[in-house]
Amino acid sequence: MMSELAESNRAVVDDAPPRSRWLPWRKQLLRDKKALFGLIVLAVLTLTAILAPLIAPYDPNAMDFMMMEGPSLAHPLGVDDLGRDLLSRLIHGSRISLFVGFSTVALALIAGVALGVIAGYFGGIADTIIMRYIDLQWAFPNFIIAVYLVAVFGTGLANVIVAVSLAFVDDFARIARGMVLTIKQEQYVDAARTLGASHNRIMWRHILPNATAPIIVQATVSVSYAILAEAGLSFLGLGVEADTPTWGLILADGRSFISRAWWIGVFPGLFIMITVLSINFLGDAMRDVLDVREVKAD
Amino acid sequence: MADALLEVRDLKVHFPVTRGALLQRVVGQVKAVDGVSFTVRPGEVLGLVGESGCGKTTVARSILKLVAPTSGQILFDGTDIWAMNKAEEAGLRRRMQAIFQDPYSSLNPRMKIREIVGEPFVIHESSIGRQEIDRRVRDLLDLCGLPGRIADRYPHEMSGGQRQRVGIARALALKPDLIVCDEAVSALDVSIQAQIINLLVDLKDELGLTYVFIGHDLSVVKHICDRVAVMYLGRIAEFAGSDTLFGQPLHPYTRALLDAVPVPDPAVEASTEHQVLSGEIPSPVNPPSGCVFHPRCPIAVEGCRTDVPPLQEERAGHFAACSQVRFETPTASPPSIHSPPMP
Ligand SMILES: Nc1ncnc2c1ncn2[C@@H]1O[C@H](COP(=O)(O)OP(=O)(O)OP(=O)(O)O)[C@@H](O)[C@H]1O
Ligand code: SF4
Ligand SMILES: [Mg+2]
Repeated sequence: MMSELAESNRAVVDDAPPRSRWLPWRKQLLRDKKALFGLIVLAVLTLTAILAPLIAPYDPNAMDFMMMEGPSLAHPLGVDDLGRDLLSRLIHGSRISLFVGFSTVALALIAGVALGVIAGYFGGIADTIIMRYIDLQWAFPNFIIAVYLVAVFGTGLANVIVAVSLAFVDDFARIARGMVLTIKQEQYVDAARTLGASHNRIMWRHILPNATAPIIVQATVSVSYAILAEAGLSFLGLGVEADTPTWGLILADGRSFISRAWWIGVFPGLFIMITVLSINFLGDAMRDVLDVREVKAD
Repeated sequence: MADALLEVRDLKVHFPVTRGALLQRVVGQVKAVDGVSFTVRPGEVLGLVGESGCGKTTVARSILKLVAPTSGQILFDGTDIWAMNKAEEAGLRRRMQAIFQDPYSSLNPRMKIREIVGEPFVIHESSIGRQEIDRRVRDLLDLCGLPGRIADRYPHEMSGGQRQRVGIARALALKPDLIVCDEAVSALDVSIQAQIINLLVDLKDELGLTYVFIGHDLSVVKHICDRVAVMYLGRIAEFAGSDTLFGQPLHPYTRALLDAVPVPDPAVEASTEHQVLSGEIPSPVNPPSGCVFHPRCPIAVEGCRTDVPPLQEERAGHFAACSQVRFETPTASPPSIHSPPMP
């Protein structure tokens, strides 16, 4: 029995929809000068890393008869103590640095977010066990943990990646858990439970997509720390095999010759600094654009 | 089959209050719901009213199996919902749905309307395929007065009223028997409230639904509900048919609530002396002894401090939890509220 009046209630004579508040965050990002700088530097670095064999003027391991020559036309950044072209070594080194930076953060993010979401969502014993471990790890600086783990696993690229990722897991776990604790209270989670959605569906389809902003910001910042960690490990002789061109190793080499051949130490340092700076600019801008306040995970 | 679709038996929900960041100690209990019983008959609209914090939402969440009761039972169609196996629970989820208060929080901001309204089918009837789901979603949107093109929008691209219609469409998807509406219109503008209320009434008549309708706007509750329970501090103070409750309230708390509602007629309104309830609502952590209402009750007597008044049937179908119930002809403001306690 539908009266005419009732029929008219069906029509949407409604309040105006609000203007979209947060859609074009990518556009906003490009308007930020620092972020733009960071993006361009990273794009150039990524390209050189991918195309390293094509771009590098020399074979990174080819030795020339002249050693420790300063920057010249033939060798824009000079040659090292064994007569290898520094620019070519740094270009090849960007492959390892960026690969380690991105892959460790990807692994740490997956593991940390999974742990944090499970801890926050289920609470109780799962939460207690996971958070005890995370708190323990939280008590030590990430780099110290990475050093310790490499000491246990041994050196080499794969081990460095595993060690650095494990060292960064706690950051992601804490942030994810903090977000889940908040989002769990949202009515759309209640609505999903009322519909009979499974725990997996609720965690990964409803909660996680709404927790991404601070995780993205953390990931950006972590990439720069991971690059530093790899460089640091290599510098200490705990990284990849000794002859591999990586920024950290070249920097470590340069240390011995700093008074006679400043370029060997200064240029890898500059590469590391500019990369880390660019990523951090990007991370800061991301934090602003995505409107992420510091997540208090307690 | 049970003649009640839903039966709540002596429901108690207590939340632990913890202290300390590291070693959490339980220092008390929030008695959010403390002994509530009522039944919901098929096809009726049962209202639940009371001041903020009296436990309405907690009752709703227990019914929806979102929060575990400390004690008591909730029977849906005769079966205890907390003693169900997986298959029974899936059946329950199909037959009982909810419409939530906040249209800005009840829809996942990262899902399109199509996914939100289609989710019940993905969960319960995954075999029917995408196209069929899309077709049903369009039908549901239409039923709730929304154009089909809205399916590709995100919730933040819609108004509050539209979002609430989406919430209703989602609740209707699996053709439930019972819908729990927790303050389903409170967050909306008054003009839109009326539209949504009318939509709910239409849908109920058309689809033979049963509602548990929670609200604090008494005029809305009076309009839509068949029977109404008034809650105070986690208990039911009074329970009666809507007309009886609003026309001849027996409990002093109900009277005070009704008295606080402005009368639409300005002349009457001007001459009415509002008896605003004095004092704060006591904390549900430390509810008062005896009758929980006694610190604020205008007609309390000495015995009210110590004796808990049971919810008694004072006349057919009209229950009140008060030892001092008096039958009087209702006036705009019953004199008993203003007069000092009788010896
Ligand atoms: N998860 C919880 N943990 C601890 N206390 C809670 C929890 N949920 C509710 N409470 C407390 O239980 C009491 C009843 O809350 P509830 O939300 O059921 O009230 P309400 O009648 O729905 O109020 P409102 O009209 O504001 O929605 C309040 O004191 C509240 O603080
Ligand atoms: S039992 Fe006493 S205190 Fe409670 S409502 Fe009745 S008169 Fe007031
Ligand atoms: Mg509530």
